Amino acid sequence: MLTSITDFISALGQYNFLQSALMASIMVGVMSGLIGSFIILRGMSLMGDAISHSVLPGIAVAYMLGINLMIGATVFGVLAALLIGYVAQHSNLKNDTSIGIVFSAFFALGFILISMAGSSTNLHHVLFGNVLAVSDQDLLTTVIILAVVVLFVVIAYKELLITSFDATFAKSYGLNTTVMQYALMIVLTLVTVSALQTVGLILIVAMLVTPAATAFLWTNRLAIMLGLASIFGVIASTIGLYFSYTFNWASGPAIVLVAAVIFLISFIIAPKQGFFQKLRGKV
Amino acid sequence: MLRADGLTVGYTATPVFEDLSVQFEPGKITGIIGPNGAGKSTLIKAILGMIKKQAGTVTLDGQAVNKVRQKTAYVEQRAHIDMSFPINVFDVVLTGTYGRLGLFKSPGAKEKQQAMDALSDLKLTEFKKRQIGELSGGQLQRVFVARAVVQQAEVVILDEPFVGIDMKSEADIMAILKQWRDQGKTIIVIHHDLNKVSEYFDDLVIMNHGIVAAGPVDEVYTRDNIAHAFSPDLGNVLFDGKERA
Repeated sequence: MLTSITDFISALGQYNFLQSALMASIMVGVMSGLIGSFIILRGMSLMGDAISHSVLPGIAVAYMLGINLMIGATVFGVLAALLIGYVAQHSNLKNDTSIGIVFSAFFALGFILISMAGSSTNLHHVLFGNVLAVSDQDLLTTVIILAVVVLFVVIAYKELLITSFDATFAKSYGLNTTVMQYALMIVLTLVTVSALQTVGLILIVAMLVTPAATAFLWTNRLAIMLGLASIFGVIASTIGLYFSYTFNWASGPAIVLVAAVIFLISFIIAPKQGFFQKLRGKV
Repeated sequence: MLRADGLTVGYTATPVFEDLSVQFEPGKITGIIGPNGAGKSTLIKAILGMIKKQAGTVTLDGQAVNKVRQKTAYVEQRAHIDMSFPINVFDVVLTGTYGRLGLFKSPGAKEKQQAMDALSDLKLTEFKKRQIGELSGGQLQRVFVARAVVQQAEVVILDEPFVGIDMKSEADIMAILKQWRDQGKTIIVIHHDLNKVSEYFDDLVIMNHGIVAAGPVDEVYTRDNIAHAFSPDLGNVLFDGKERA
């Protein structure tokens, strides 16, 4: 174990691809912690999962047309969000039903388009992540997305807080809560595109939800929750990368499992959770 | 003066009320009473522009209310709030400054001082760092009234503020409402407890899918009006004792 860690560190000094992988992992950890916190506080976990799955046809189309994947993914992510809202509003179906219909259809379409467009190896990487194959171009895209996410959260912190906490109040003073909702979804699709490389499409929801939920167990203040969620995201990404490199595991499952272990530990020891107090109370 | 003229509002094809007109005087506490489903909450949401009107206008001193949102404050029923949200009492009260600050500006030292003052007005200073889920019903309601204080609005509308809270909190909130009235603000309270109507309100609006009666409490709060809006029995129960005495 110890030798493999020193191996990992010396490999980090040696190989460019590993440095890129580490940088991408750290950046994705930060941005998914920030956006994921708002996703879980707004009860949008399922929506986060849906949007991340819905970008698949966008990636396929962008690949076919030879344009930036981010553009294709964003178009389809926003399209899915709009469609979900439209179906829920224009029928008596519940929102989660509408989400289920739209995202599975998008995902199915994406799956077929990807198989038409390229080799099956590509599909596997899109679905489960291949952080060790991050290109300089990908890294640059991720830097830009991280900047957008951080700016969005810093500038619109007050608006994100109030629309997440008390949307009725926000409306009563004249804030356009619908615009805020769609702005958050657009940023969410951007995060999805970055996280594709590290955890893959299927497991993105875990990066959004698990570090944020872990942070929620430790604090009663939103700003601290955002910070902690980012830190947990970075820790999970870094340790997951180590496992992925050392044992040749797919990076997505490795990162997600580490995040889940951090959650489990927090669930047991976090004072706010009061696991031990409850246990003692029962005895 | 806050006026609604010719309001028609409905969630579905059949309107909750049609062609409703009512006005609220500044420097008065106006109660709105009526049976469940009479359209009380719908009326204030329509006045605040939070739901769509099929017809009608709402004006504050001649200006459309939608254009002067900063002059209104709304304390909603508590049920809709996520009590586990990571926010403490001070930060909730501070959100009262958000409307005035405008988009993307953060509250500064001045706004924080205003929040501290409002906390002290509602006797909440010792709870300022509590997460909101750790408060009693009365403490929580006082937090939302403190937020309305911070909003510095001319019109304050409260939806059933006294439901499920202790008498001490009710008295503290009532003291703030009276203070606001004496400053010349327009205070509107949706109310459920008919016993305290004369004690709490200057003016009264009785609703049942439209206005049954509106005006000074002494003139409006009568056996006939209550019988008409609620039921003849309730009118008898409330007014019999008084008339004999």
